[in-house]
Amino acid sequence: MMLVSSLRRASHAPWFTSMVTVVLLVIMLLAGAAGYDGFLSPQVMLNLLIDNAFLLVVAIGMSFVILSGGIDLSVGSVLALTTMVAAFLLQHWHWPPLLVMVTVLLMGAGFGAAMGAMIHYFKLQAFIVTLAGMFLARGLCYLISIDSITIDDPFFTAMSQTRIEFAGLFISPSVVIALIVLAVAIWMAHGTRFGRAVYAIGGSESSAMLMGLPVARTKVLVYAFSGFCASVGGLLFSFYMLSGYGLHAQGVELDAIAAVVIGGTLLTGGYGYVAGTLTGVLILGVIQTLIAFDGSLSSWWTKIFIGALLFVFCVAQRIISLGALRGKPAGSAKAAPVGASAGFSKLS
Amino acid sequence: MTMSVGAQARPMLELSGVHKAFAGVKALTDVGLRLFPGEVHTLMGQNGAGKSTLIKVLTGVHEPDQGKIELDGRAIAPASTLEAQALGISTVYQEVNLCPNLSVAENIFIGRYPKRFGRIDWKSVHAQARLLLQQQLQIDIDVAAQLSSYPLAIQQMVAISRALSVSAKVLILDEPTSSLDEAEVQQLFKVLRRLREQGMAILFVTHFLDQTYEISDRITVLRNGVREGEYLVADLSRLELVNKMVGVTAVDHRKVEAGAEALASGLSADAAEQGEVFLQADGFGRRGVLAPQDLELRRGEVYGLCGLLGSGRTEMARLLFGADRADSGQLRIEGRAVKLNVPRDAIAAGIGFCSEDRKKEGAILELSVRENIILALQARQGLFRVLPRKRQNQIASDYVKWLGIKTADLETPIGLLSGGNQQKALLARWLATDPGMLILDEPTRGIDVRAKQEIMDFVIAMCRKGMAILFISSEIPEVLRCSDRMLVLRDRRACGEYRRGELDEQTVLQVIAGEAA
Amino acid sequence: MSASMDSKLIPDAATHAGGAGWTALLRHPLVRPLAALALLLLIDFLLVPGFFRLEIKDGHLYGALIDIVNRAAPLMLAALGMTLVIATRGVDISVGAVVAISGAVAAILIGGKMVVVNGVPEYVSNVPMVWALAAAMGAALLCGAWNGVLVAGLGLQPIIATLILMVAGRGLAQLLTDGQIVTVYYKPFFFLGGGYLFGLPFSLYIAVGMFLLLALLMKKTALGLFIESVGINPVASRLAGIRTAALIFFVYMFCSACAGLAGLMIASNIKSADANNAGLLLELDAILAVTLGGTSLAGGKFSLVGSVIGALIIQTLTYTIYSLGVPPEVNMVVKSIVVFLVCLSQSPQFRRMLRMSKS
Repeated sequence: MMLVSSLRRASHAPWFTSMVTVVLLVIMLLAGAAGYDGFLSPQVMLNLLIDNAFLLVVAIGMSFVILSGGIDLSVGSVLALTTMVAAFLLQHWHWPPLLVMVTVLLMGAGFGAAMGAMIHYFKLQAFIVTLAGMFLARGLCYLISIDSITIDDPFFTAMSQTRIEFAGLFISPSVVIALIVLAVAIWMAHGTRFGRAVYAIGGSESSAMLMGLPVARTKVLVYAFSGFCASVGGLLFSFYMLSGYGLHAQGVELDAIAAVVIGGTLLTGGYGYVAGTLTGVLILGVIQTLIAFDGSLSSWWTKIFIGALLFVFCVAQRIISLGALRGKPAGSAKAAPVGASAGFSKLS
Repeated sequence: MTMSVGAQARPMLELSGVHKAFAGVKALTDVGLRLFPGEVHTLMGQNGAGKSTLIKVLTGVHEPDQGKIELDGRAIAPASTLEAQALGISTVYQEVNLCPNLSVAENIFIGRYPKRFGRIDWKSVHAQARLLLQQQLQIDIDVAAQLSSYPLAIQQMVAISRALSVSAKVLILDEPTSSLDEAEVQQLFKVLRRLREQGMAILFVTHFLDQTYEISDRITVLRNGVREGEYLVADLSRLELVNKMVGVTAVDHRKVEAGAEALASGLSADAAEQGEVFLQADGFGRRGVLAPQDLELRRGEVYGLCGLLGSGRTEMARLLFGADRADSGQLRIEGRAVKLNVPRDAIAAGIGFCSEDRKKEGAILELSVRENIILALQARQGLFRVLPRKRQNQIASDYVKWLGIKTADLETPIGLLSGGNQQKALLARWLATDPGMLILDEPTRGIDVRAKQEIMDFVIAMCRKGMAILFISSEIPEVLRCSDRMLVLRDRRACGEYRRGELDEQTVLQVIAGEAA
Repeated sequence: MSASMDSKLIPDAATHAGGAGWTALLRHPLVRPLAALALLLLIDFLLVPGFFRLEIKDGHLYGALIDIVNRAAPLMLAALGMTLVIATRGVDISVGAVVAISGAVAAILIGGKMVVVNGVPEYVSNVPMVWALAAAMGAALLCGAWNGVLVAGLGLQPIIATLILMVAGRGLAQLLTDGQIVTVYYKPFFFLGGGYLFGLPFSLYIAVGMFLLLALLMKKTALGLFIESVGINPVASRLAGIRTAALIFFVYMFCSACAGLAGLMIASNIKSADANNAGLLLELDAILAVTLGGTSLAGGKFSLVGSVIGALIIQTLTYTIYSLGVPPEVNMVVKSIVVFLVCLSQSPQFRRMLRMSKS
C-alpha cells in the first residue's frame, strides 16, 4: 500500500514520465543484452547515436514546439528540402560549403518563423499549418529536382567519412554536433527567459499573456527554432547520405514526435524535459537495433512498436492528468466534456 | 500600527465620472471609486451591476468613454493589463491566472529573473521567493514545487505575492473566495489584514455578505451601472446594504403592483396544495458547492429560489439536472429513486433545464430557430425516430406564436436573434419536451419588460396545467410575485422556506441579509 | 430534417443585410467551390485539347472526365468520412494507414492462385472474395473503433489519437505484406476499382452510393442535426440530452469505414496492395477537400456536396497539372498554397486585417 501511494504521489511530479522512460530504456538494453550477443557492446551503443544524430536534433526542435503546446508536422520535409537545397547549391551553383550551410540554416529558420507567425497572428491551428508546410517543403524539393543529387563536395565528404576515435571506439562529427545542440537546448530550456516562456505558454497561454510574457515573439521563435533544428538535421543527414533527395526522411516528423512523447513530454504542453528527448531517441534506436539483431522480425515491426509505445505513453499521460483533475474542487475548468476542446484548441 | 480608516486625506486610486457603453448599452454611468491606502474596500453589486466592467476599466482592458483615473495623484490611462501592472495596479483573479506547470518561485519571478553569467540564477530565484512569501504573507512552502501541487488557496497567495513583488500600490482581488473553504478564507484574510497594515490599498470584489462585513473598511455599491454610494462599513447595516444592491425603486414598485394584479386572476392560492409531489430530495448537496438540502417540488407549483448572486442557486439547479453530480443525498422522482449522473438521465425522468448562460450552455448559435427549439425533443426521441419536418415546423411556429418570438422565419440562425428572443426559443426547447418539472435559471435576464411579462405569463400558465417549476432569478420582486413557495439561499446554504405571502420585499431582504425581521 | 447537404445559409455578420434573389444565391456556401471547379474546367477547356471529348472504347465511356472521376472516387469516399469527423471538431489523420491496411488484407486474402480448369489456366482467390472484402472492411472498422475509443472514451485529442494509428497502422500493413507489393490476380476483384457499369466507372457508383447513403441518413435520421450541434456547441448539446460520446465514436468508425472502402478501390485499381505507398498523403487531400467544400475546421455545419466537389477540384487540379506538362511535383506546392489560402480565409483575424488595410 505504501508503494502504491508513494507511486501515486511520485506520478504527480514533473519528472515522473521522464524517469519512466529512462527505466524503460534500461530494461530494453538489459533485455537486448540478455537476448543477443554483443548487443551491449559500446560500439553498438555509439552506433545508436551515429545513426540517429539527425533525429536527435530534429526531435530537440520538436520538443520546444510541443512544450509550448503546439506541433510541427513539417520537420521531415524541411529536412529533405535542406538536403536538396544544399546539394543543389553545392553541385550546380558551386557555392562554398560554409555559405551553403548558413543559407540552409537561415532557410529552415525562416520557414519555421513564417508558419509560427501564421499560427499565432491569424490564430490558425498548428497542425494544419504545419501539415501544409510539410507539403510545401516536399513539393519544393521535387521542384528543384526529382532525382537525387549526389554531393561530392570535399567538406561534406570529409564530414561523412571522419571518425573521431577514442578508447578504441569511434563516433562521427554529427554526434558531436547533435550533443552540442542538445546541451545548448537544455541550457535554453532551463536557463533563459525564452525557455521559461515556452514552458509558461505551454502551461497556460492566457496566463502567460496576463503575466506580461512576450507570447507572440516566443511562439514565432519556437517554430523558427524547430525549422532551424530541422535544417541542422538536414545537414547532418546530408553528411550521412551525401545526397539531396526529395524522398529523404519520410515520416521523420512522426519519429520525432514519438521520441518527444516517449521521452516524457506531454503533448498538451508545459510538462517535460528536453533531456528526455535524448532518452526517447535512444529508445527508438534501441527498438530498431533489437529488431535488426533479432533478424526474425521484419523491420516493419519497428513502426508498430513505436506506435504501441506512443499509445501507452499518451494513454498514461491522459490517465495521470485525469487523476490530477479529480483531486481538484468542483467546477474546475479543464475536465472538458468529450469533444469540447478536444479538437485543436491546444495545438494552436 | 493600523492606519485609521479615513485618516488619509488623499485616495491612492480615484476614479471619477467614468462612463462606459458597449454598442449603445450603458454599462457604467458616472461611476466613481476611491481607494485609500491602508484600507480594504469592497465593491459589491449584483449581476449586470457593472463590477467587472469597472475592474476592466481600472486594469486597462477597457478604455472609459469619459472619466478620469488618478493614481497617487497622477492621471493615468492604462491601455493594457501590463501597463496597469507597471503603474502599480495588480489584479489577482478568481482563476488565479498563473502557470500551473511552473514552480511557485517561477510564477512569482517569471519575466524578471535574476541572472548570473547570462543564465538564470535559480538559487537566487528560489531564495528570494521564499523570503518574499515569508515576509509578506508569512507562509513557508517549498517554492521549487509545482504550483499545481498546491491547493487553490495557496496558489492565490502566490498570485498575491507576485503582485506585490511587482511593487503594487493597489491590489485588486476579484472574487478570490468563491472556491475556498472557511479555513482558507481566514488565511487569506490574515494576509489581507497584514497588507492593509502595511499601507496597501486593496479593492476586494465579492458577493459574500458575511465576508464583506468581516474584512472591509469601506464598501461601494453598484447597481445597474450606477454607484449607489460609498459607505464606511460601520455606517451601513446589512439590511441597508442588501437594499442598496437589489432594492426596488419607486418606479419598479408600480410596475410590480400592476403585474401582480394582472396575475392575481390567474393564480389560485390552493393550487400548490393540490399538486402531487414530483421531485423529492433528501440531504441533497455537493461538498464545496452546496450544503445538503431537503426539497419537495410539486406539480402545478412554482418554487422559487431566491438569494444573491453566488448564493448557490445555479449550483442547486445544476445538481438537480445532473449537469453536476451530487455527492450526498437521495433523489426521488414521482416516488422512484433516481440517480442523475448526466443530463440525459434527468431529461428521461422528465426534467428540463433552461440554463442561465444561454450563450455557452443553451443556444447552438449557427443552427436555426426551428432546430434549436426541437433539439431536446429530438434528442429524447433518439437518432432514428425523426420528427417529420411538418411536425417540427408546427411545433416551432406554435412556440413562436405563444411566446412571441420575433424572428424573420423559422430557418433564421438563432445567433441572429436578440437576447430576449433567443431566450424564448430556448424556453420553447424545454417546453416542447413536455417536462414534469422545468428548471428556469434566470429566464428573464437581459430581456425587456414586455418580453419578461410574456415569458412569465406563459410559464405560469404551463405550470397550472400540471408542471412543476423551479424558478431562479436575481430579481427578487419577480421571484416573490411568481413563486408559490420560495427557498431563500445565502452563501451556499438555505436559510428558510416560505409560502406565498409570508414575505414581502423588505422582509425577504432581511432574511437574505441575515438580520431578524 | 437537417439535410445539411442542402447547404443552408451560414450566418456571416457581414451578409446579414440579406438581399433576396441573386445576392442571396451568390452567398450560397457552395458557390465558391463550384466556381473554383468551373475555373479549373475552363482552364482545361482552353489549354488542354480534347479535354471534354468522350468516346466509347471497350464498351465504356472513355475520356479525361471519366479518368478524373475514376481517380477521384477513393478521395470522395475519404472526404465524406472526414467531413463528419471534422464537423464534430475532430480530425482523422490515420485514413491513409487504414487504406493501406484494408488493401493489404484484401490482397492477401484474395491473391490469386492459378488453377487449371479444363486445360485453361484461371485464377482463383485464396478465400472467397466476399469474405476477403468483409475481412478488409472489418479491419477498417476495428481501426475506426480504436480511434473512437481513444477520442470519445479517453478524451485524447483527435490529432494525437489518430497519430498513433497513422504511425502504427502503416507498419501493420507493411508487416502484413512484408513490405512487398502483393499482386492480385483474381479478375472479379478488379471490377471494384477498374470496372465499368453501364459505361461509367464502377468506382463512381460506389462513391455516389456512399454519398446517397449518407444523404439518406441525414434525411431520415437526426444524425446531421446532432453532429452539427455537437460540433458547434458540445456543452449545450450535452445539456440538451444528445449522446455526444456515442456520436463521436460513430463518426470515427464511419470515417475509417470510408477509408477502408477507398483502400479496396485503390487496391483493385492498381491490382495490388502497396503498403508503402497506398493512401500516402490521402489525409491531407481529404482534409483539403473538406475545407475546400466549405466545412470549417472548427466544426459545426458541414456540407457533403461541398466535400465531393472539393474532391473533384483536387483531382481535376492534379489532372490539369499533369496535362499541361507541368511537373507533378508542382501539385504538392499548389495544394499546400491552397490550404494556406483556405485557412487564412477562414481566420477572422486575417479578414479583419484585410478590412483594416482596405479602409
